[in-house]
Amino acid sequence: MSMGFTATRDGGAAILLDAGEASILRSLVAQVLGLVQPGSTDDDPLQRALGIGSAQAPSDPVLARLFPSAYADDDEAAAEFRRYTEATLRDGKRADAEVLLETAEQGKVELSPEQAQSWLRALNDVRLALGVRLEVTEEVHEELAEMAEDDPRYPAYVTYDWLTYLQDTLVRALW
Amino acid sequence: MGSTAPVEVERPSVDVRPDLPWLTIVWNDPVNLMSYVTYVLQTVFGYPKAKAEKLMLDVHHKGKAVVASGTREEMERDVQILHSYGLWATLQQDST
Repeated sequence: MSMGFTATRDGGAAILLDAGEASILRSLVAQVLGLVQPGSTDDDPLQRALGIGSAQAPSDPVLARLFPSAYADDDEAAAEFRRYTEATLRDGKRADAEVLLETAEQGKVELSPEQAQSWLRALNDVRLALGVRLEVTEEVHEELAEMAEDDPRYPAYVTYDWLTYLQDTLVRALW
Repeated sequence: MGSTAPVEVERPSVDVRPDLPWLTIVWNDPVNLMSYVTYVLQTVFGYPKAKAEKLMLDVHHKGKAVVASGTREEMERDVQILHSYGLWATLQQDST
C-alpha cells in the first residue's frame, strides 16, 4: 500500500500509486460515476438545458446520501430545492470523478490545487457510497482490526479503510 | 412564543417570522472524517482552523451543529456547496 499524499510546492498534492491501486481507484470512481451519470434529470430538453431536474428524492440509499434533502422537516421546500439544484450537483460530482479517472495512473501522480479538490470530493463520494453499502459505523477501523481475513466483508472493509487513509492524507497535504 | 408573534398564523410553518435568520446545519454521519469536515468548513466558510474544529466537534459529539446563518438564499447556497463536498447539510429558519 502506498504512503498516501504529500504536499507539493504549488499547493497541490502528490501520491505514488502502484498499478493495482490506480486500477482499484479508477474502478470504484467509475462505479460511482455510473450511479451519478444517468441521473433523474427530467427528459424535457428545455428543462435539462436550464438545469431543472426531478423533485423526487432518489430511492437508492447511495444516491439519497450523495444527494441529500436540503430541508429536514419541509418536504415541499426540499422538493423545490432539489428540482433546481440537483442537476448542478450531479454535474459537479461527474466532473470531479472525471478528473480522478483522467489522473489516477500508475506511478507518481501530481495534482494541481484544483485537481486535488476534485480528488478530495471524488474520494469522499466513493467513501460515502461504500459506507452506505457496507453500513459502516464510526468504529469501522476498529471493526476491521478485529475482523477475520476470511470474513466475506474483509476485502471491502480493507478497501474502505485504504480510501479513508488516502482521504485523510490528502486533507493533511492540503492544509 | 412571545407577544410579538403574528396573529394570523394559518399553519405552524417556519416561515411566519421573516425577521428570524436562516441556519445551515451539518449533521453527524459515520463516513465523513473529522479532518475532512474541519477542512471543508475552513474552505467553504473561510473559518479559522480553531473555529472549524470546534464546529466539527459539536457535529461529532452533539450530532449536529449550526455552521452558518443568514438569508434563506445564502443558506441554500451554503447547503448546495456542502452537498458538493458530501457533507450532510440542511437549512431551516431559526425557531428560537
